[in-house]
Amino acid sequence: MAGEWLALFRDPNAQWILFGCMLLGLGSGVIGSFAYLRKQSLMGDALAHAALPGVCIAFMLSGSKSILLFLIGAAAAGVVATFGIGFITRHTRIKQDAALAIVLSVFFGIGIVLLTRIQHSGAGNQSGLDKFLFGQAASMVRSDVILMAVISAVLIAVCALLFKEFKLLSFDPGFARGLGYPVAFLEQLIMLLIVIAVVVGIQAVGVVLMAALLITPAVSARYWTEKLGVMVVLSGVIGALSGLVGTYVSASGNNLPTGPLTVLASTVLFVVSVVFAPRRGLLSKVLLRAAARNELRREKEFLLAERRERREEAV
Amino acid sequence: MKRANPLSIEDLSVAYQKKPVLRDITFEAPEGKLIGIVGPNGAGKSTLIKAALGLIPRLSGSVAIYGKPYSEQRKLVGYVPQRESVDWDFPTNALDVVMMGRYGHLGWFRRPGTAEKKRAMECLEKVGMADFAGRQISQLSGGQQQRIFLARALAQDANLYFMDEPFVGVDAATEKAIVTLLNELKTQGKTVLVVHHDLATVKEYFDWVMLLNERLISFGPAETTFTADNLQRAYGGKLTMLDHGDRSAILVSGRG
Repeated sequence: MAGEWLALFRDPNAQWILFGCMLLGLGSGVIGSFAYLRKQSLMGDALAHAALPGVCIAFMLSGSKSILLFLIGAAAAGVVATFGIGFITRHTRIKQDAALAIVLSVFFGIGIVLLTRIQHSGAGNQSGLDKFLFGQAASMVRSDVILMAVISAVLIAVCALLFKEFKLLSFDPGFARGLGYPVAFLEQLIMLLIVIAVVVGIQAVGVVLMAALLITPAVSARYWTEKLGVMVVLSGVIGALSGLVGTYVSASGNNLPTGPLTVLASTVLFVVSVVFAPRRGLLSKVLLRAAARNELRREKEFLLAERRERREEAV
Repeated sequence: MKRANPLSIEDLSVAYQKKPVLRDITFEAPEGKLIGIVGPNGAGKSTLIKAALGLIPRLSGSVAIYGKPYSEQRKLVGYVPQRESVDWDFPTNALDVVMMGRYGHLGWFRRPGTAEKKRAMECLEKVGMADFAGRQISQLSGGQQQRIFLARALAQDANLYFMDEPFVGVDAATEKAIVTLLNELKTQGKTVLVVHHDLATVKEYFDWVMLLNERLISFGPAETTFTADNLQRAYGGKLTMLDHGDRSAILVSGRG
């Protein structure tokens, strides 16, 4: 079994894909924890969809498929998108959820139009940009994975260095501002880190499914722990594990795409967490209730028996 | 040289969108006093605190803490936000929240260590919550959560405290603990501004009172400021006084 398992990854190409997917899960799991706790789960989705036109414009302007340029394009589009969401919520009566939905679909629409245009132009076919919708992990090569490793390392290092700041910002931004923290700057920094995670993930899972990798590991991790540090690490581990399982199933020869399988793997881990997690999980709640009910019944029986005894004594 | 007052606010105005919530507020808070900020709903009590702390932008006016701008005096100021302002289902425990009060002193990147932990435990003890240090914060009652916020403010080691409705929705034990704590702060010569909504306890808890309704109605020692006349002006027609000999009961239509 183990030999078979290893054989699947003996091919260097498969190894790169495996590393890539695991790094992606790790990085997005870590930064996703903060997005989830700051109640910005949908923001990740909006930023992922907004990244598409940014990447397309970056490709149209440069004509080359460079992750660095894509990163700049996606970050610029992300800034415009967050600014748009902020503008709509501040100046109209529209609430944030509706503003997110509007911005998300408008940017995605523009992205699809640009994508179609690129594909109809000559250079489009080699660009592989059409893979950005759902991703194609199999297209990852060594240089991609090295860049992903560097970016993931930076992302995790920033989260580790600013752990205390991010924690306070997620729990009580008002208090953080009172302490003199540059709250607006830190919020933008978290947004930027999300955009970075999204761009890293575009190649493997695509813009449509990227939000799942940001949020699902974080939500799953929250079920197992009451400590933020543990949750962030666990979320990264769950993300990496999802990447591992996704790549393994995909490489087992059934020709299914790696990215979506990675997302499905993380969903399976999520379901396991919801059901089996201690204390917070459904199963533990059911058992706890049953135990409480049993105890109550035993107490009642005991009292009844006692009363009966006393009555018999009286007779 | 006379030391500058803990808090002096000059000509402060604040607006949400276009509607002004506070107009031309000017006052000097004296040192070592417990100051209750009282006024009807929407009078701008919380807004005053938030504007003084720079949490919301102000239209005009200046705020000085011990004679200097707030940005230079942050370490002298402690803040207790409204309990409902955060989501308590956050993965952390009581001790950890109290340690957040030390973050301002720690500076960037540095993590809280044993010294911070020790200080946080002392603060938890002061609010009677030492036994709950390791408790997940969503497992605490409303009153206990309020005490955690107070302990966090204590950990800030400040000289001037702002507290936003600390008495709302707490049990009798917590209310008593807060009052004891306020008096302890006062004996240490610290100044505390408290947004308060229960008119019945104002005179009992505070030695100075600020009556607020968009404008500053009156500000001074409780005996001379907390009068039927001033209250009537602050609350308009919403207030009914019932005189029962020496004690007067106050009724406010709607929630006070």
